[in-house]
Amino acid sequence: MSRPLLIENARIVDPASGTDQQGAVLVENGVISDIAFGGPVGVPEDAEVFNAKGHVLSPGLIDMRVFTGEPGKEYRETPASAGEAAAAGGVTSFVMMPDTTPVVDDSALIDFLIRRAKATSKVNVLPAAAITKGLDGQEMTEFGLLKEAGAVCITDGRRSIQSTSLLRTVMSYAANYGLTVVHHVSDKGLTGDGVMNEGLFATILGLKGIPREAETIPLARDLQLAALTGTKYHAAQISCAASVDLVAAAKKRNTSVTAGISINNPALNENDIGRYRTFFKLSTPLRSEDDRRAVIEGLRNGTIDTLHSDHDPQDSEVKRQPFAEASDGAIGLETLLAAALRLVHSGDVDLLTVLRAMTSRPADILGLPSGRIAEAHRPTSSRSISIILGRSPSAKSVHARTIPPLKARDLLARCCAQSWAGKPSTPMSRRADP
Amino acid sequence: MAQTRASKTATPAGSTGDFPPFNQRHLLSIADLKQHEIIDLLDRAERMVPVSRQERKTLPTLAGKTQINLFFEPSTRTQGSFEIAGKRLGAPVMNMSVKTSSVSKGETLIDTATTLNAMRPDVIVVRHSAAGAVELLSQKVGCAVINAGDGAHEHPTRALLDALTIRNHKGRISGLTVAICGDIANSRVVRSNLLLLGALNVRTRVIAPRNLLPAGIEHLATEVFTDMREGLKDVDVVMMLRLQHERANGRMIPSVREYYRFYGLDAEKLSFAKPDCIVMHPGPMNRGVEIDPAIADGPASVVTEQVEMGVAVRMAVLDALLPARNEI
Repeated sequence: MSRPLLIENARIVDPASGTDQQGAVLVENGVISDIAFGGPVGVPEDAEVFNAKGHVLSPGLIDMRVFTGEPGKEYRETPASAGEAAAAGGVTSFVMMPDTTPVVDDSALIDFLIRRAKATSKVNVLPAAAITKGLDGQEMTEFGLLKEAGAVCITDGRRSIQSTSLLRTVMSYAANYGLTVVHHVSDKGLTGDGVMNEGLFATILGLKGIPREAETIPLARDLQLAALTGTKYHAAQISCAASVDLVAAAKKRNTSVTAGISINNPALNENDIGRYRTFFKLSTPLRSEDDRRAVIEGLRNGTIDTLHSDHDPQDSEVKRQPFAEASDGAIGLETLLAAALRLVHSGDVDLLTVLRAMTSRPADILGLPSGRIAEAHRPTSSRSISIILGRSPSAKSVHARTIPPLKARDLLARCCAQSWAGKPSTPMSRRADP
Repeated sequence: MAQTRASKTATPAGSTGDFPPFNQRHLLSIADLKQHEIIDLLDRAERMVPVSRQERKTLPTLAGKTQINLFFEPSTRTQGSFEIAGKRLGAPVMNMSVKTSSVSKGETLIDTATTLNAMRPDVIVVRHSAAGAVELLSQKVGCAVINAGDGAHEHPTRALLDALTIRNHKGRISGLTVAICGDIANSRVVRSNLLLLGALNVRTRVIAPRNLLPAGIEHLATEVFTDMREGLKDVDVVMMLRLQHERANGRMIPSVREYYRFYGLDAEKLSFAKPDCIVMHPGPMNRGVEIDPAIADGPASVVTEQVEMGVAVRMAVLDALLPARNEI
């Protein structure tokens, strides 16, 4: 049993309750046992005290989209190694995409992942189950059994289901179990061999473009099917202005649709590709500056609900290739918060809103009790608290394995969540929520 | 128009000692070149033309140096042209044809580069099907690299030889109007040509059906046309592009005959151009697809001259990138 922990003089920012004020938090036996704003907290004698003066105390971040390689491609990433990166970046829970080998399309694999992650990972690993068997877009998986085993949502990861009739069935059936359908929207035909945003810049580089319509057309279809079936639908990762408009319009009619973005889209644009820098080759490509501004505005006004890292580690073998032949994907768990705080520092989005998109909104969408610290929502594990500090990291300290598109040295903020992220062997981590 | 060291007749064929040093390590793209460097290369190439026309066609410029032609994509013409250019300058040339596909990944491009680099070549000429591949390779080797075509990106020596051919016929380049017609979207030649001609103040036009025009092309060419007759009106030069047969399968283009009807160059369409308009083609020509045989082999065609200028340009580029330094 660990000593009680008192975090005092912190700026407590809790988006779920709209709280942003100075206070103290007492953590006992791995859960928040007391919060005090202004006044004193009853402190046990043996408590460890952390003076968080000048720091922000926030709910631990929930990252909606993380790819690892366990089982099957452990050399890329495991829940354990991703957990290190997550903890270093203030992420205390992440949704693990099902595109492992074998694919997470069976309840036994959900069970395996939950056990494995509890034994090895510093943070909460929330397995997502595949929508279709083998992610091949043909046959549905057993949503009910998968949910029972602990899947937090269903998604085909970076794959997009092309069949409209199958999607309709999927959404109707998922509504049965109250499972959120998280769907990557990409029209296969329009995407074709495209490798970056379609436009002048792709033309200059001689690269095949991906038109925005490859995203907006399936998104419009999905939003209509969500209304038709009444399912909880989350557009996994949108990137362009027209998509933000579509989601805003759909939300006026249907409150059960939500949308997420990768931190790469508000942080970067297509010009960052420069001369074929494959670290910026991402699935959901970087779009134009206008699109970047539009997704930031969508985040600010609440059209976009969630902000995630799209953490997708690739080894250098598949990245150090000619652009069109290189794999998509980049790491981002450790830099998610710091990059998101750039949006705050630039004055584009306020701190509560940015944190909401990484804490209480993902928790709402996935039906998790975490992502909040205020009194009304207790109990919450200390494993779900992030402390944000204001110091700058060195590139050396980045935990993950490949070069991130957002280099650590470019980022102003840094978080030190690992002190409270627990260790795999401690009782605290075993009591992890949800 | 800046002219031209080459007009001084006293210098012997192939001698470029009076040129300033060419300050580029590689030739990867026309976008990397300044106007004066383009003109410099054209002037050097003009000096190389007589070398190939004399009886003894070999210079000692590259004696003792090694040239590797590394072609990941077959190209008989370009590879042959680079091989002859290297040999005429006295370099032993090794041809490597690497069958590759992005699916069957064995050795990566960087592995290949590292391996070749260890053989200590002085110049590698690279053709690859992926845009940016040649630049990636150039970052991994210690010698000069010449881009002989990377995907739909660039083919700089192609643009240089086209410019040299135009200059030979028109006496100038600047101020002319040049139309490029055909599969603009998938052509590497177009990008290099638009950049080069743009740098030399040429009015450029691209002509193609709308689905063969890439996004943003209106920012790269002076004018964009979908009607060939309008596009050819009063042009000085028309460059035809090869239509890949597999594109005329009903998915990009309905049929060859429809393409030929609207975008094939025949005498009637050519009559809209200036009377002294020259017709160029990168070869090999699809007679009856993008060009009427009567035009392809007619008096306006300068296609065979383009091939000759190709050798001269490649000699000039090799000579510029590998100057005869003080030997030990």
